[in-house]
Amino acid sequence: MCGIVGLFAKAAEIEESLGAHLALMLEQMSDRGPDSAGVAVYRNPAPAGSSKLALFSPDPLQDWDALAGELENAFDRSSEPEVRASHAVLVVEAEAPEAESWVRRIHPELRVMSAGRAIEIYKEVGRPEEFVRQFALGDFQGTHALGHTRMATESRVTTEGSHPFSTGHDLCLVHNGSLSNHNRLRESLRREGIEFQTENDTEVAAGYLARRLREGASLEEALEGCLEDLDGFYTFLVGTEDGFAVLRDPIACKPAVLAETDDWVAMASEWRSIATLPGAAEARSWEPVPGVVYAWERAKV
Amino acid sequence: MEAAEVEAAVAVVDLAETPLRELNQRLHQLARVPGPAHWRVLNPNGAHAVACGLDVDVQVEIDGHVGYYCAGMNKRATVRVHGNASTGLAENMMSGTVVIEGNASQSAGATGHGGLLVVHGDASARCGISMKGIDIVVRGSVGHLSGFMAQTGRLVVCGDAGEALGDSIYEARLYVRGSVAGLGADCVEKPLREKHRAELAGLLAAAGFRDVDPGDFRRYGSARELYNFKVDNASAY
Repeated sequence: MCGIVGLFAKAAEIEESLGAHLALMLEQMSDRGPDSAGVAVYRNPAPAGSSKLALFSPDPLQDWDALAGELENAFDRSSEPEVRASHAVLVVEAEAPEAESWVRRIHPELRVMSAGRAIEIYKEVGRPEEFVRQFALGDFQGTHALGHTRMATESRVTTEGSHPFSTGHDLCLVHNGSLSNHNRLRESLRREGIEFQTENDTEVAAGYLARRLREGASLEEALEGCLEDLDGFYTFLVGTEDGFAVLRDPIACKPAVLAETDDWVAMASEWRSIATLPGAAEARSWEPVPGVVYAWERAKV
Repeated sequence: MEAAEVEAAVAVVDLAETPLRELNQRLHQLARVPGPAHWRVLNPNGAHAVACGLDVDVQVEIDGHVGYYCAGMNKRATVRVHGNASTGLAENMMSGTVVIEGNASQSAGATGHGGLLVVHGDASARCGISMKGIDIVVRGSVGHLSGFMAQTGRLVVCGDAGEALGDSIYEARLYVRGSVAGLGADCVEKPLREKHRAELAGLLAAAGFRDVDPGDFRRYGSARELYNFKVDNASAY
């Protein structure tokens, strides 16, 4: 099953309470995905020349301050770690690829959940309600966010196997469905230098998008490529630094509903999630047409 | 209260306060113990299985959008939703009437045996899949694979139909006013005769769509080519 939610703020009040809205939306999708939950929140962009890392440590005694010190030695500057449960976010004075590869090389025991300017991915096994509490989701402010509740079918229930999957810097993917050609596709993507951390099918879709974007495709083109190259069921929600995009497989095996008001755009597996938002009853709502990419982006400043 | 007064009263149930299970139990009890003939349900907020499994002559009005399987297995009751409905609306309906004033999501009227389902907006993919006698009238359009393996009953679409309409259809009759993106296996267009016009007029009137002209529709049904195994195809197995 699995549940997906996404919220894009058009009004300042929604930005200020983004996390609280996201939490309510996510909790409504708890019975679609009680195994694990995760979110990608886009907020507080790192200054030019810096990047933001969201890291996960399986060690409950992880010393994040020590890590920040090491990062500071390596890159001149690092922010204080912002710790939430098993995750921490650090802003490093380095471009995202450089900072990310340093962590992978020096600290292979850590997992880079996301890297970029604005993105922060948090995900963990357990009930979504518990996730919301542990990660204090209600605190977040931000421009837009995606969330996922997982009912695992294709791979193990682990933190790494939870969604969202990072698909590149400031990019992420959440998925409701299952892919059937992921093993073969993973091998061909590996040969092209895309790295995978799990046996999860969604990570392959994320890697596929990363490759297409690297080749110069626009987000819409990359998503349209999924219609040709991915075999299986999917409703995808893709987050970018400026917004998000939705795509359903042409057979439309998995549900999706979109809604928009003057203050927000929301996507969810079911109306129950959107119903929690202010003004939902008066929102324009519709079911996305299968095989069609829907995208929202804020104007770049 | 006298029995007549009980039946005249409108029971209002606010799902923001009352658990869904309590609402459905109260509606189910009406099959055994007489109660209000008219119910109003507030704040459904996308809840699943609202007014599911009714078996009594009762009117239920729902103010807002409903989730999966609304009015599923309905018998005799009239359920009207002032909003949209999610997947599996009126699934396996036996009799009665279900009216959606907004849009219906996938598999509306699936496997329905009888009764009338009216959708004022659009219905999505697989509308009337495996229908077994239900009548479905959609004011807007339907998505792909509508009428898939439809056995009997009538599906009326005042707008357009998506890909693979009536795939592997049996004896259901499909009427579409707008365009058809594509016909499924063994589904063909058939002549719209006078008796079909009369049938359509009856269905449109029952749905309250009196401004729609039955003469504007095309009729689709089974070519009956898949009914029996053809020895020519043996090599495919």
